[in-house]
Amino acid sequence: METINSIEIWQIFFMRLWPAWVALAITFSVAYRFKKNLGAIGHLFDNPVGLIGLFIVLFWIYAAIFADLIALFDPLEQSGLYRRKPPGTVNSSLGIPYIFGTDTLGRDLFSRMIYGSQIVLLIAPAASLVAYVVGITLGLPAGYIGGKFDTVLSFLANLVLAFPVILLFYLLVAPGIRETILPNIMAGVFFLFPIAFAVLIVYSRFSDRPNVLYPSLAVIFIIGAWLYLGLAFNSDPLGLVSIDPNELNIFAAVVFATSPGVFRLVRGLTMDIKTRDYVSAAMTRGEGRLFIMIWEILPNARGPLIVDSCLRIGYVTILLGTLGFFGLGMEPESPDWGSMINQTRSYIRLVPTIVLPPTLALASFVLGLNLLADGLREESVKD
Amino acid sequence: MLVFIFKRIIVLFLTMICLSFIVFTLVTIEPNLKKLALNQANMRMEEAAVQSWLEKHGYKRPLLVQYGEWLGNAVTGDFGYSTHFRKPVNEVIWPKVGHTGILMFWVLIITIPISLFIGVLSGMREGSKTDRTLSIFSIITTSVPQYVSGILFTIILSSWLGLFKGVAKAGNITFENFALPVLTIVVYDIGYIARMTRASMVEVMNAQYVRTARLKGMSFMSVVFKHALRNALIAPFTVIMLQFPWLLTGVVIVEKLFNYKGFGFLIVSASDQNDIDVTLACGVVAVVLVLTTQLISDIGYAFLNPRIRFS
Amino acid sequence: MTQETILEIDNLSVSFMTRLTDVPAVMDFSMSIHKGDAMGLVGESCCGKSTVALAIMKYLGGNGKIVGGTIKYRGRDMATMSEKELEKLRGSEIAMIYQEPMASLNPSMRISKQLMEVPMLHENVTKDEAWKRSVEMLEKVKLPDASRIMDSFPHQLSGGQQQRIVIAMALLSKPSLLLLDEPTTALDVTVEAGIIDLVKGLGEEIGTSMLFVSHNLGLIMETCNRITVMYSGETVETGEIQEVFRNMRHPYTKGLLRSIPLPGKNKYDSPLEAIQGQLPLPHERPTGCNFGPRCPYFEENICNKHEIKIKPIEKQSSHLSRCVKIDKIDWTEKNSKKSTKEKIISKTEVLKIENLSKEYDVAANAIFGGKKRGTIKANVNLNFEANTGETLAIVGESGCGKSTFAKILLGLEDATTGKVNFNKTNIGNIGVEQRAKETVASIQMIFQNPFDTLNPSHSVGSQILRTLEKVGDGETVEDRKKRMNELLDLVKLPSEFARRMPRQLSGGQKQRIGIARAFAGSPKVVVADEPVSALDVSVQAAVLELLIDIQEQFDTTMLFISHDLSVVRYVADRVVVMYLGKVAEAGTTEQIFSPPYHPYTEALLSAVPIADPDIEKREIVLEGSLPSPLNPPSGCVFNTRCPYMIPGKCDVHEPPNQDVTDGHKISCHIPREELAKKGSVFALKKE
Repeated sequence: METINSIEIWQIFFMRLWPAWVALAITFSVAYRFKKNLGAIGHLFDNPVGLIGLFIVLFWIYAAIFADLIALFDPLEQSGLYRRKPPGTVNSSLGIPYIFGTDTLGRDLFSRMIYGSQIVLLIAPAASLVAYVVGITLGLPAGYIGGKFDTVLSFLANLVLAFPVILLFYLLVAPGIRETILPNIMAGVFFLFPIAFAVLIVYSRFSDRPNVLYPSLAVIFIIGAWLYLGLAFNSDPLGLVSIDPNELNIFAAVVFATSPGVFRLVRGLTMDIKTRDYVSAAMTRGEGRLFIMIWEILPNARGPLIVDSCLRIGYVTILLGTLGFFGLGMEPESPDWGSMINQTRSYIRLVPTIVLPPTLALASFVLGLNLLADGLREESVKD
Repeated sequence: MLVFIFKRIIVLFLTMICLSFIVFTLVTIEPNLKKLALNQANMRMEEAAVQSWLEKHGYKRPLLVQYGEWLGNAVTGDFGYSTHFRKPVNEVIWPKVGHTGILMFWVLIITIPISLFIGVLSGMREGSKTDRTLSIFSIITTSVPQYVSGILFTIILSSWLGLFKGVAKAGNITFENFALPVLTIVVYDIGYIARMTRASMVEVMNAQYVRTARLKGMSFMSVVFKHALRNALIAPFTVIMLQFPWLLTGVVIVEKLFNYKGFGFLIVSASDQNDIDVTLACGVVAVVLVLTTQLISDIGYAFLNPRIRFS
Repeated sequence: MTQETILEIDNLSVSFMTRLTDVPAVMDFSMSIHKGDAMGLVGESCCGKSTVALAIMKYLGGNGKIVGGTIKYRGRDMATMSEKELEKLRGSEIAMIYQEPMASLNPSMRISKQLMEVPMLHENVTKDEAWKRSVEMLEKVKLPDASRIMDSFPHQLSGGQQQRIVIAMALLSKPSLLLLDEPTTALDVTVEAGIIDLVKGLGEEIGTSMLFVSHNLGLIMETCNRITVMYSGETVETGEIQEVFRNMRHPYTKGLLRSIPLPGKNKYDSPLEAIQGQLPLPHERPTGCNFGPRCPYFEENICNKHEIKIKPIEKQSSHLSRCVKIDKIDWTEKNSKKSTKEKIISKTEVLKIENLSKEYDVAANAIFGGKKRGTIKANVNLNFEANTGETLAIVGESGCGKSTFAKILLGLEDATTGKVNFNKTNIGNIGVEQRAKETVASIQMIFQNPFDTLNPSHSVGSQILRTLEKVGDGETVEDRKKRMNELLDLVKLPSEFARRMPRQLSGGQKQRIGIARAFAGSPKVVVADEPVSALDVSVQAAVLELLIDIQEQFDTTMLFISHDLSVVRYVADRVVVMYLGKVAEAGTTEQIFSPPYHPYTEALLSAVPIADPDIEKREIVLEGSLPSPLNPPSGCVFNTRCPYMIPGKCDVHEPPNQDVTDGHKISCHIPREELAKKGSVFALKKE
């Protein structure tokens, strides 16, 4: 069987990734030129650790965007002839090498890894974002108003946090659950938060200016309802927006497991910021609670929240990997990194390299996020 | 102080009841019960037969009644019957908890001293070379989840170097057996605790009382040991305790990865095999463990911190 | 000059290394301290005075570095000392006292251990001996009940007690040099007076030389025999204290003194002369004289040509100054500025406070909860009124309830009982959200901390615009923009400041924006909560003058909340003195500042350090610390600290409200005739 050596493997690897390199080069040169106007991101250029993190994260973002250009094979295409082949084996009929080898069904590991990034980089940030909106929407009033509202919500948050995550997943992402309407209910609740949050932002700012308020509210309602029906209940009247029930289930479970942490963080930050004089100043000019929470407190919590969001996306990526590793939720064919690890790990005795693409991909992406968070945190402390 | 502990215990019980109810509801959902019926009676039962089986075994009663019955039994120590192992849950679960206990023991005994040492060492002189190296080391280890590091260790240490076996047998306490699973959990947790310790140490070292102590004429190391350490370790103490749910998840992953037949492995197999009573019991045991550590952490924090103890 | 020299600093330069550049913090600094000297080091924030103190300790942190010059301790160059030798010196030969007593004590270590460490470390004494010495020292710093204190943790003590412990710790090994870095800034005025009294006495008793670092000229005047004035990293003037105060030879020292409200000054006949401009940033210092850009005597090509050396004002004089025009300036020139303000005689009542009380319920123990609940009486039966255009000062130390009162007035808190009548309607129980727009606009506030008063996330302009929108000023966005520019003009800031973010503004500029925001809705009443106390001395005067001008222009009533009686005497028309939630004394400014005084007012007056060598003060130092408002003393709340306390009367019965003269009320058991006999606190020194 025809093979290529390791130097050629890496040559092809770097050549195939050209769209990512070009995009990275453009991003960094543009960012460097305007670094003075970019705030914390601009400061990263003085912080090698954070810069490396940013590089890795952007690399994966571009790899996911340009996956069609980068991949050598269809990620789902099987080949009986080339099963569990080591890196560098060439598919003689097509003349294309499997640069990272193949899995047990003869699928190209390199292409699966690249396409897997699409799944991970879509779900992890999206789930984190929804978790953030939920956490912020509940954490702000809990911290600002306190009282019974806070007591109840904090109790609930601690309830969820007391579950070992894996137990939570076995309870919420089990096949039995998907036959019930529970995932839809959870998603239905969680997806209400972004709409509510958008409404509150607009309402608190423009409540004195009806000519701006009502049109913006109408736009939010129409777009929100459309996305909401499509995502939470798979009943988009236009048929454009839909989400796979598996993914919806995972999505809801991940949001459920992540948002209490965000809630606690936001609540703590709010309790700190609300003692500042500028909050009192806003009160003395007659601002309502909503305005103070959203426009006076929230913007000043953004530093710690941005740093935390990087860490949290990394954490969610690990959670998604955990789900894949236990074969929970994802479709069996799915090239996401966790599932790939699960599909290949039984064969490490035969072909040790078989698990390397998904494991290293996942570890490097999370590492990138953590380094970025560390860099951002360090830079924000310096200001 | 006693009032405080008493209050905490009441909250603990309340939490426990809520959590066990959630677990109960999620485990005894309709599809799971139907599967149970098919498994227990006859694989090719008609829908009507399934319904009557469920009726007969009391699964059609209101949820609260069922939960009350289960809770009543659980309080007296009866967790039901395992459909998979075909013996009472108590006989199944406790030996496995013991196996996991041994694993956790080794993990903690190695993790805590090493991570505290690393954290203190790097937090002692913020920004020094040691600090940067150790910080990056801990960032790397926290970025690699156990299911990745475990596999990588297996490839390197077991497949390539041939040092250990890729599996760990429960109950067999040998270095060869435990090395890989313990290493996998330890490496991940070290990074996390070390980072917390470092942050706390940095804060303390920048505090004015450390400057006071230095300007009293104490040497750097004796300031670290006599003044900084105690204050710096209060925060990591709670972190270690609150780590517990996360530690438990790591244990489940590692047990699955290395086929170690402990508590984590039991959770996984019981859910996969729809072994309802075992899953319930596992869930409750896990939650009780977590809440107890939280209680210890709260009380311990109050004891360690004189500001709370004497106010 | 036969005295032994303890410390000699020659041309010291210290820089802080940052990623981009080295920021020089101290440049070419020289000073010597002899045995028995008390040297005062005065300057504003960022002038490098604390850096000097830490450089003497050779403790500059990771990025500070001595880049030039020498520090000699008893003739030995400290640069040549090893770390071991330095450790021997620190704490035993040179000791230091810090600004924040709470932060400088280890929170998880008993006081005894922290004290005993010192003799055990430096003199290798036994535990028992160390205990004995610690207890003795605690008695020396006038802490009664030493054994109880030895057994306490820092958080169980009050700020004044904590600072006494830090002092005891510093003195335990009888150092020959004591460095005090703003030791009283974080304390209340009456507590500060006690600490200063203690430090003065102990210095003489133990024979320790002192370096007293402070921003407060009056404090230095009272405690030191020599003075060094720093500006922007350099010494600008130094010499014997009397000599420097009587014959100032540097425009900065002169400006500094003229910008602080001394007794005898008030806004009507001798206004403050503010130093224009603001402190230069360390890396933006001008060439030549650092003070040049702000100096009224600045002359092109003389002051900014080349570096200026410090030199004696006359040959052989120990009085040095860093001014090139030293012989050209008329130093005897008197304050030329005359005020145009007219005294306000208005009797239109805007605010009337009737029997106002405010109580808070608190859990006795915040963390452990528990059923025991206490009540804090933050305000008890307040009665006073304020008229249009006048300035009413509310004076008191922390915990006296002045801020609570402000919150009730602004609608952030509800009154428990009593009324706050604004234009004859009671608003004491109407929260700010329920108030009419006009009422909200009519009662506004200026906050204390300039770094906290503006939201760091929004531009200055958008914050003013939002305020205008909320108070209903201007129909359209353009209207409001026009109004905003007018407001910026009013506080003498250019209109391009609207686009700036708060972090790009200096403290004084932020405070000006705070004033603009408060006056956005042409308010009837403005509450100014210590509006200048967090600002640098040289900036304070300008902001204060601005505030007074705008107030006059708008004919606004100002409630001026402060603990600083010299500022109060300067700005206020009438004064209310509060202690533990109650009004101790109320009257016009002249009435309050001349006998008869309430004993508390008298102590407050005596506690304020005066930077005038010609004024003599009667010293009244209050014992003890402020009682907890949770558990106020019975009878007269001041009885636990009052020097004239009558047992059996003051600690049992509530004091009566004595009417002294028209509108002057004193709440005291002692008859007003007797109080009047105590005489004035201040007197002109007889030469």
